Amino acid sequence: MKVFGYRLPGMSSLIIWALLWEIIGQIGFSFFVPPLSDVVSTLFEILPSAAFQKALFETGYAFSAGVFFAVVIGIPTGIFMGKSRLIDELLLPWVNIFLSAPLTALVPVLMVLFGFGMKSIIITTTLFAIWIIILNARAGVMQIDRSLVEMARSFGASAWDSFTKIYFWAALPEILGGVRIGIIRAVKGVIIGQLLISIVGFGALFELYSSNFLMSHFWAVLIVLFALAFSISEVLAFLERKVAYYAAKR
Amino acid sequence: MPDNVVNSEIAVSARNISKTYGEVEALKNLSLDFPRGQLTSLLGPSGCGKTTLLKIIAGLLEPSSGQVVVGGKTVTGPGADRAFVFQDFALLPWANVLRNVAFGLELRGVAKSERENIAEKYIADVGLAGFEKSFPHELSGGMRQRVGLARALSVDAQVLLMDEPFSAVDEQTRRKFQEDLLQLVANENKTFIFVTHSIEEAVYVSDQIAILLPRPSRVSDIIRPTGLREKDVGTIRRDPEYLDIVDQIWASLKTYVE
Repeated sequence: MKVFGYRLPGMSSLIIWALLWEIIGQIGFSFFVPPLSDVVSTLFEILPSAAFQKALFETGYAFSAGVFFAVVIGIPTGIFMGKSRLIDELLLPWVNIFLSAPLTALVPVLMVLFGFGMKSIIITTTLFAIWIIILNARAGVMQIDRSLVEMARSFGASAWDSFTKIYFWAALPEILGGVRIGIIRAVKGVIIGQLLISIVGFGALFELYSSNFLMSHFWAVLIVLFALAFSISEVLAFLERKVAYYAAKR
Repeated sequence: MPDNVVNSEIAVSARNISKTYGEVEALKNLSLDFPRGQLTSLLGPSGCGKTTLLKIIAGLLEPSSGQVVVGGKTVTGPGADRAFVFQDFALLPWANVLRNVAFGLELRGVAKSERENIAEKYIADVGLAGFEKSFPHELSGGMRQRVGLARALSVDAQVLLMDEPFSAVDEQTRRKFQEDLLQLVANENKTFIFVTHSIEEAVYVSDQIAILLPRPSRVSDIIRPTGLREKDVGTIRRDPEYLDIVDQIWASLKTYVE
């Protein structure tokens, strides 16, 4: 966007919102909204603290493991659903149900099944991320150009060859889109898991700060979380743009 | 004069092929021989099952009954003795020209450096030297089909199956392709099976034209434009024999065009 002939860098609007936040904080509108400057200074205070590092590690671990399983299970499942009518008929209703189900309500069930530890948190994270990854991989495969599959077969491709050399690459733009949305959902999943299942990681920090009315601390952790989720999603968006050159021409 | 076709060796033989899709009979008891080293066109109105027959020969479709014999062996699926050129080119959009041309060899497990050497030779042969690193979407339709042709040539199959290969390129490019194809048939000792719906194209490029009539498909006539091979490629279209054959085929197909 251009203002008075100057090209503004991306997301300049954040400056306006940051200013607004600062003003509202300074006039003491609400106890829950401390000035942004306080939040930022608190942020640099707690970043090096052992409690924060520990929380970052715990959350990062559960998040990475959850996303890993969602990707490793979700992509092949989606591709198989796109390839096989039978598998699709069997699984699609479940995928659709879980995609729109209020997964938070399932968390107590997971706690009964898998205990109160890390395992349940990872499974919660996976459950938040996996369905959209499956659906997108499936959609990517379903729009594949049939003659590419036929071409590979005519040159003697095995089933494994077509899977790795045709189906995966043809569906890659959709797969990356699915993983990007899945990761954003996984952030929700890991925090909900850490709040409901066992109070660890960032969930524990949120719990600690909000129950002690440390609102600057609370907002600081939220900003860190948002920044992390945003960066990961931007990296994936970058990868998506790298394959976009053929997305329209398959 | 070219070899006496009747006595020359048969490379591909379709024997009593029938193909039904549910109730619909696409091909009925069709038999046809394809002489080695020559180009045979499958010509007919749309819906006459010519592409179906080609895909059965390729091993991509299974006939409901009958069999295809290639080089003495019955076809049970795709094989290294046949290579396919697709109407819509069927190039990998995420791979450059070099990898696309080498893709057939890649699937056959040829080592990377070896298959790229072979691919480079055929890329040059089809006139695309310098485009090895280009991607399909950066090329014109004609150039894309040259990539498809180079891919089929690089696996060095004895039989080349071409499914309306020039129908998606513009008229000028198509004429150039047809001339190049005549060169190819003369230079490579391969058997070409060529599906087309263009009468002129079939007469121009073929040693043998099989005319297929629809519902259900059978071979209604086989025409051998024997005299045209000796003519200069530039004058074939003015040759009386060429014009006569085009007229004769049109007369027999006319009634089947809606």
